[in-house]
Amino acid sequence: MHWVIDVSVTMPKLDSGLKVRVQQEKPVPLNSEIYCAPGELIVLIGPSGGGKTTLLRMIAGLANPAKGQISCDGEIWLDIEQGKSLSPQHRRIGYVFQDYALFPHMSAARNIEAALLHLPKSKRREKSSALIEMVNLSGLESRLPAQLSGGQRQRVALARALARDPKVLLMDEPFSAVDQVTRRKLQYELVQLRQRINLPIIIVTHDLNDAMLLADRIYAVSRGVTLQNGPPMELICCPDNVSVARLMNLQNIFEGRVIDHDEGKEITRIQWLGYELEVRLQKKHSPGATVDWAIPRSYIVLHRRHRPSQGERENPVHGVVGELTVMGENTVISMWVNGHQEQRLSLVVSSHVAQRNFLSVEADISVSLLQQGVHLMPQQAND
Amino acid sequence: MEWSALDLSLNLAFWTCVILLPLAVLVGRALAWNKFRGKAFVEAMVAVPLVLPPTVLGYYLILSLGETSSIGRFYEALTGHGLVFTFDGLLFASIIFNLPFAVQPMQRAFEAIPMNVREAAWCSGMSHWHTFWSIELPLAWTGILSALVLTFAHTLGEFGVVLMMGGNIPGETRTLSIAIYDRVQMFDFSSAGFMSAVLLSISVIAITFVYALGYRRQRHHA
Repeated sequence: MHWVIDVSVTMPKLDSGLKVRVQQEKPVPLNSEIYCAPGELIVLIGPSGGGKTTLLRMIAGLANPAKGQISCDGEIWLDIEQGKSLSPQHRRIGYVFQDYALFPHMSAARNIEAALLHLPKSKRREKSSALIEMVNLSGLESRLPAQLSGGQRQRVALARALARDPKVLLMDEPFSAVDQVTRRKLQYELVQLRQRINLPIIIVTHDLNDAMLLADRIYAVSRGVTLQNGPPMELICCPDNVSVARLMNLQNIFEGRVIDHDEGKEITRIQWLGYELEVRLQKKHSPGATVDWAIPRSYIVLHRRHRPSQGERENPVHGVVGELTVMGENTVISMWVNGHQEQRLSLVVSSHVAQRNFLSVEADISVSLLQQGVHLMPQQAND
Repeated sequence: MEWSALDLSLNLAFWTCVILLPLAVLVGRALAWNKFRGKAFVEAMVAVPLVLPPTVLGYYLILSLGETSSIGRFYEALTGHGLVFTFDGLLFASIIFNLPFAVQPMQRAFEAIPMNVREAAWCSGMSHWHTFWSIELPLAWTGILSALVLTFAHTLGEFGVVLMMGGNIPGETRTLSIAIYDRVQMFDFSSAGFMSAVLLSISVIAITFVYALGYRRQRHHA
């Protein structure tokens, strides 16, 4: 389930939500701007060492950039130019660390109570019980972190992060230390939890699946730069450039040349390896320009050998099967366009379809590239 | 058995621990988490008493604490008596030669606390002071206790520095280890044997205790 939130609509007050603008050269180069509305969940995605965790730490006040401002609900947390920087203690953030960073000598309940020092002692127990219940840990209050499973530790860490009534919730690779089953369960619980707390939530991950599943908006971060942000499907279908396309794990990225635009038919024609492809109208690329273009695997349709269909007239492309990998229900095919090993088109078909069409290495194969799925990008000077 | 020597040794060990505890926690913690220019030199200075012959250490202590030294004069002005050949001087020397025994285990203990556990404490709203008391100290306490036990046992056993700095004044600077030496010189082997057995037992108990603490710490962090 994706909650597509239009930022312009959810920003009734200009002040609400978290605003981050940071810049620096060293030690990790950064040039990022992030906005997260109350109730919105954004995911920072990008390669390891790309500065995502550093961004979270700066929001939390654990690190400071050379230049920049951070504000939350109108309250200024950081303004380097003004020489202002609130300590983590004064920022009211909830931070779930990558390995949870629980206090090893304290029980689950005491870990949570440790973040409730702002309350009188009598109220702490009450609130920690409520939090324990919220994260489904009832009965495990008195266990030490070492006596809890990975998933349970993450729940304690989450409850501790929420204990302060934070103004923003930050989570660093929250699902990296648990197995697949626990991961799905925790993700489901997080989606449920979101409906009860109206906070900006920022999650850092390098896992695209996590991002697709949870994010209202994804920020693609590479080498400390926020390249593009938008709803997950937008980033997959319409990446601004090849770097974003690669971050979104698009396999099929090629170089082509714009021929012309046909506004009547709402198409743009491009030249690629001797094919003339008709793609969705994208007028910002002028005729004659060399462009990068990408197509998600789901927009590539296999032509069935004995049952030609209407769709086959849409951008037919021919080649041979270069590689074929059965991965359970699906089969991943690397198609060598026109038989050229360097021009590989990657597509996924159901394994039974692959069998029924007698697909095997070196077999001839034809596919259609659906118009709607082809996205053109300006060529980058250097990548 | 010279009870006054045992009493003096225990007194010296006790006060050494009392004074070194806060000092070594401060220094060990600072060395564990801070990077600064000259850190290697500071660590080396702390460790030097481990390798320096006690006579050399004693010689420099006499030089720097003696009646002609500024520290010695200042101390005399303050208390009316000098440092050399007194219990106070012995205590001062004891603190210096125990520095590595106190600081190093504490430094290791603080180093073992993951940085992000402290950061999690700050993000939970705990002040640095509160983090120190309720997170750092409880996690480092086994290391701190080991350091104190080692310091205690090591003070009881120190011979060379004590002889150089304190001399051999009964009731003032004559510790158990010096009394043993004296007895052997006088061929009083039964008395020396008894006192040696006392020191041996204390050492064995102390070291066993330190190792047991080490196992406990491993379990804790497993």
